[in-house]
Amino acid sequence: MPNRVLAGQSVEVNDEGYFTDPTQWSENIASELATEAGINLGPKHLDVIKFLRDRYMTGQALTIRRVGKSGLVSIKEFYDLFPGGPLKVSSKIAGIPKPASCV
Amino acid sequence: MEVSTMEAPIKAKKDLPVKKVCIICSKGNLQDVYAALVLANGALMEGIEANMFFTFFGLVAIQKEKQDHLHTSTVGNPAFMDKLPTMVAGLPGFEAFASHMMRKEMEKLDIPPVSEFLEMIVAGGGKLYGCKLASDMFKLDREDFIDDIEDIITVGDFYALAEGERTHIIFV
Repeated sequence: MPNRVLAGQSVEVNDEGYFTDPTQWSENIASELATEAGINLGPKHLDVIKFLRDRYMTGQALTIRRVGKSGLVSIKEFYDLFPGGPLKVSSKIAGIPKPASCV
Repeated sequence: MEVSTMEAPIKAKKDLPVKKVCIICSKGNLQDVYAALVLANGALMEGIEANMFFTFFGLVAIQKEKQDHLHTSTVGNPAFMDKLPTMVAGLPGFEAFASHMMRKEMEKLDIPPVSEFLEMIVAGGGKLYGCKLASDMFKLDREDFIDDIEDIITVGDFYALAEGERTHIIFV
């Protein structure tokens, strides 16, 4: 597994850049990852990211539909916040593995 | 020598990701409509542009009154409960029951009803189109279809949607 330095901290990621240990994540790291993805991390982004992390940590499936039903953002807003594949991009910034979801 | 010829196409594939998909939904069975919807939504989830073209029996998926009541065929479908005699599968109400069970199982996997699935696709930037010829044939008008439809178009218009490199046309 490759290591990389984010926000001055060494973290373990897989070949696609997803975290292998979500506990190594912090908001500073998220901000740096977001910049890499061309996103200026705002409060809405963070709300979604925290929602995804909560769900992942409690072993629940991650789908676009669930994000849309979270009450935090609509599905359209989710796509607008994380362009180019919202669930993948947001999961990478959230420091959790790539979701194996078809919906 | 063989190794190098094997590597080349794999690398090429990586360098040229799919940019756009144009999905034709031509059937009105629950399973076929969902196949088309999953493909379209899955493309959007990967950042791929998606157009959907509904034609012939596939038009039920965009009809307000019908879209959330699709059935899966229990007769003439050998993969459906292969131990079940065809005579039983054809009993009145059996297909409705099987379709109900199928929808219940899908809900567990977070697969939404057709109407909501289409809303998700539109929210993700996907575009929906109805086929003009099939609409004429079934005597359907614009008001029979959901509001989210972009337009009723001809096959020529559909090919125009598929213009550009790295576009794939998928027929369901």
